[in-house]
Amino acid sequence: MIYLPIAEVSVNAFTLIGVGGGVGLLSGMFGVGGGFLITPLLFFIGIPPAVAVATGANQVVASSISGVLAHFRRKTVDLKMGTVLLIGGLIGSSVGIVLFRWLSAIGQIDLAVQLSYVLFLGVVGALMLQESLRAWYRTKKPGAPRRKLHQHTWVHALPLKMKFRVSGLYISVIPPVLVGMSVGILSAVMGVGGGFIMVPAMIYLLGMPTKVVVGTSLYQIIFTTAYTTVAHAMTSHSVDVLLALFLILGGVVGAQFGTQIGMRLKAEQLRILLALLVLAVCIKVGLDLLVRPDELYSLRSLRGF
Amino acid sequence: MRLMRTRLAAVLGVALAVGAPLPGTADEIVGALSQSRVALTANFAGSEILIFGAIVPTDDTGTATLTDETMTEEAHGGPDLGPLTGADVTPQNPVTVAQDTAPASNPDATLDVGTDVIVVIEGPREPVAVWRKERRAGIWVNVESVTLPSVPSFYAVAATAPLNEILSPEADAQYRISIGQAIQADRALDGPDQALLFAEALVRIRERGREFQALERHVRLDRGVLFRTSVQLPANLTEGAYTTRMFLVRDGEVINQFRTAIFVQKDGLEQWLHWLATNYSFLYGLLALAIALVAGWGASALFRLVRNS
Repeated sequence: MIYLPIAEVSVNAFTLIGVGGGVGLLSGMFGVGGGFLITPLLFFIGIPPAVAVATGANQVVASSISGVLAHFRRKTVDLKMGTVLLIGGLIGSSVGIVLFRWLSAIGQIDLAVQLSYVLFLGVVGALMLQESLRAWYRTKKPGAPRRKLHQHTWVHALPLKMKFRVSGLYISVIPPVLVGMSVGILSAVMGVGGGFIMVPAMIYLLGMPTKVVVGTSLYQIIFTTAYTTVAHAMTSHSVDVLLALFLILGGVVGAQFGTQIGMRLKAEQLRILLALLVLAVCIKVGLDLLVRPDELYSLRSLRGF
Repeated sequence: MRLMRTRLAAVLGVALAVGAPLPGTADEIVGALSQSRVALTANFAGSEILIFGAIVPTDDTGTATLTDETMTEEAHGGPDLGPLTGADVTPQNPVTVAQDTAPASNPDATLDVGTDVIVVIEGPREPVAVWRKERRAGIWVNVESVTLPSVPSFYAVAATAPLNEILSPEADAQYRISIGQAIQADRALDGPDQALLFAEALVRIRERGREFQALERHVRLDRGVLFRTSVQLPANLTEGAYTTRMFLVRDGEVINQFRTAIFVQKDGLEQWLHWLATNYSFLYGLLALAIALVAGWGASALFRLVRNS
């Protein structure tokens, strides 16, 4: 048992390392920070929501650094694209921090977090599953027509075009900045890195090759979540370093194993698995909203407001 | 147990000293705690506090009727105060117990009918919002809230019997002893009319979390003189002074009360981190990032080393 100085609860250290390790494994495999799993898991073991969200962001920093280094060595990070996404991300994160405090004050933060989980995870998971199943089906029939290298959509008609050599793209910077912004907001409100939104958005919206998506997403997430961590530490004093330390210990090790597993799987298989995982979390959170809760009342300490 | 008895003897000594020079006053209650400081360190997992003390009878001339011999008897030869369980506490009629075992050398000890003791431990107060969920458009959402301006973060009330049997509602309201009084529901802010429902929900949730404890028949009173009880402080303690009040109750009225406090403080690393997080939040945020950076890079480097060797 370990007493956490900011959360002011006592929890089992091995539980924390286990949670960190399991999430880290998935993080390395799929290139998602794992925040969308770790935040609900922390709620479940009794960490106050504000602390869980802020500390979750800190944990994502560590697991993303651990993961991105492996991708740097394989040169699968598009730094230019990452930086453009990051600019959007920082703007979004600032908006999200303000939103988080406002929603906490009016007592609707839980609902907002749950609804965004259901909405984003549901849509993203369903789209990803449908697409990856189709792609997987195609690879089984060698005679089927291959996907075109360049699919021109409305994205390509926007101004401010820029060359992204690693990704092999020549597109406007507006879509990546917008993607970064929306992910930044989610990062602050939900305590997630936003990889589960970022990865599909990069593949389907920006048309980036799957190979560089994971590394680039991790690279960008490091900075967004680092910013979110410091911002939460300064506005709500809700980052618990001791909690983060234990999650990170498990997380970094898990992420290394995850990266190894990820390299052995085919891209399509990886996407099917990620889609199923995302949908599973979505259904779990959604059921909590639909089923009548055992306790209709809830308490919120107003210390610090 | 030996420590306990030594402490009891010490308490009685103090009781006699305090009780003697106050002529004309009624009986007094004097108590002590097994510990007055609780340090929240990294391995803190809750703490049991023993609360014990004595009722010092004083007659009209102000002389304490307890003699030194009695004290010695109580402290060293008294009944073994075994571990407290709900079953072996017999508080309904402490007088019978007292008369049966009262030393013959002290026949005129004045032990009043219906002597009861209530012990209250109260954590730092804070405002709490209670929210109620309702089904709107198919999903359960928070719709209404009541804010109670001053709710103890921890509250334990232990007594020799159920509170409603030993304490008049007036006395309860005056001293705010029962949990219902302690949460000060009557001071609810901006709440709807059914604030009572919200207050009940608050008590229900806190009792489930062991943050509120109603410990009926949990104070053991021996010979109407010595009392003791134990309260389990949970692992999720808030920092601050935990006021401890002990009430001597007779015929529904509070005769005398004794106040002391338990100081709960973060210690060592926890204290330093909390201080840093509150006073130097930017540095603290950077520290959190530094840990993440070192751990993330370290694990990556370590794994590469292992794979290459």
